[in-house]
Amino acid sequence: MTGSKMPLIDIRGVRKQFRSRSGIEIDALTDTTLAVEANEFICIVGPSGCGKSTLLRMIAGLETITAGSIDIGRARVTGARRDIGLVFQSPVMLPWRTILKNVLVPAEVLKMDMARARVRAHELLALVGLEGFADRYPDELSGGMRQRAAIARALMHDPNILLMDEPFGALDALTREAMNLELLRIWQASRKTVVLVTHSIEEALLLSDKVAVFSPRPGYVREVIDVPIARPRSAATRTDPVFIQLADRLRGFFQAEPGGGAGH
Amino acid sequence: MSSKIPMPIRRYLPPAIGGAVLLIVWESLPRIFDISTLLLPPPSAVAASMWHLFDRGLLVGNFLVTLVEALGGFVIGSILGVFFAFLVTRSELIERMLLPYLIGLQALPKVALAPLIVVWIGIGIESKIAIAAVISFFPVLINAIVGFSTVEAEKIDLMRSLVASGWQQFRIVIFPNSLPFIFAGLNVGIVLSITGALVGEFIGADRGLGNLLLQLNYNMDISGMFAVLVVLALLGIILYALVRFLHIRLVFWAKPDNLRAGNN
Repeated sequence: MTGSKMPLIDIRGVRKQFRSRSGIEIDALTDTTLAVEANEFICIVGPSGCGKSTLLRMIAGLETITAGSIDIGRARVTGARRDIGLVFQSPVMLPWRTILKNVLVPAEVLKMDMARARVRAHELLALVGLEGFADRYPDELSGGMRQRAAIARALMHDPNILLMDEPFGALDALTREAMNLELLRIWQASRKTVVLVTHSIEEALLLSDKVAVFSPRPGYVREVIDVPIARPRSAATRTDPVFIQLADRLRGFFQAEPGGGAGH
Repeated sequence: MSSKIPMPIRRYLPPAIGGAVLLIVWESLPRIFDISTLLLPPPSAVAASMWHLFDRGLLVGNFLVTLVEALGGFVIGSILGVFFAFLVTRSELIERMLLPYLIGLQALPKVALAPLIVVWIGIGIESKIAIAAVISFFPVLINAIVGFSTVEAEKIDLMRSLVASGWQQFRIVIFPNSLPFIFAGLNVGIVLSITGALVGEFIGADRGLGNLLLQLNYNMDISGMFAVLVVLALLGIILYALVRFLHIRLVFWAKPDNLRAGNN
């Protein structure tokens, strides 16, 4: 898009080893290389347990890197950094706080000006379609609404990068489709660099500029596929011939694996 | 529950009937089996004794003394319990220095310390507060330690991803998250604090319901002792209700089901 050759997130030869409880070293990730350009929406697709969530946590600085390196905007990742917004598989709401106060958590931690943060929080709640719910508590909302609030919270401190770890994995299929379209709309409005982990091929194709295909454990990036489908996309994008062709191609990756399922 | 009987009657009639039956049985037992009313005074005699004690100005003052001892000790013991739990869970060094001894002390019956405390501090109200504090300290400590260590990993990840300080993590997530656990400890501690105050008064005091109970015991005034027991029960109910009230108010997001059922 921009044509600049320096990727925003530069992942080079990253490995991750875990020591299992019986003391055996397990490779979760091996020699993973991936470049994410600024303002790009990239999805990481792979079977369960391939280490894609681990990679996301490493980008966020929450997980140590066994070997290799991750740079964000030329700075080596050595720990968490405040220009990243994180969305987990579950909403991770604090049940004793109202939705508004949950969205304000990053503002509190970063000691932002609270009056302005409050205005921004209301704008973000409007963006994710939760205008009337600022003063409700999380347990009064549905799972999909809580996850919208989690997205608003991740955008609160206006991070450059949004990392999403199977954000709609816990939702039912219908809500999930609606949330995918919502996320497209939100992304169009905010234009963050997004890395989203999923095991849904359709979700990946609908949302992203690029799809990084992970191998089963130990995971590495097998291939990065461009998704040359025009934006703005909509529910109708799923019937686009390019979409169908790419979906077939992606499915091929996972069906070829003996014993490795691709999920849904 | 589709009865036409008004709510207050439906709610309070069964316990009222149960209490009345109990009183009638108790009242008639000594007469039927020819038990000396000196040994098992009927409710009417207990009520008379209570009025008599009240009239002599012995009930209200002693009630307030024991209330202040139990409540004061409970507040001090609880604050110390939460504080030590904070220390122990914040620093591994402090944990390894203190925890073995705290757990060892926990195994000691705390009332055994009461004679020592009375010798050290004297027969005044202060020694009873100290005993009540020691005895209510441990359940709060243990539950607060469990509460501070039982936090969903993703909530901590959320804070870490924002580069929150240890204190911010504690204030925003860990402490509120531990309140249901702390209140489990407080519910136990408030009852124990009355025991502590009472034991202290047994050992050496010139005031308080325990002191009054002993004096009546020396005089073989058994119906008077029953009257004091009734007042002690009242004291227990008041203090327990106080903690329950705070529990429902402060931990509204994790109400125990039995609390919720009574409130609609």
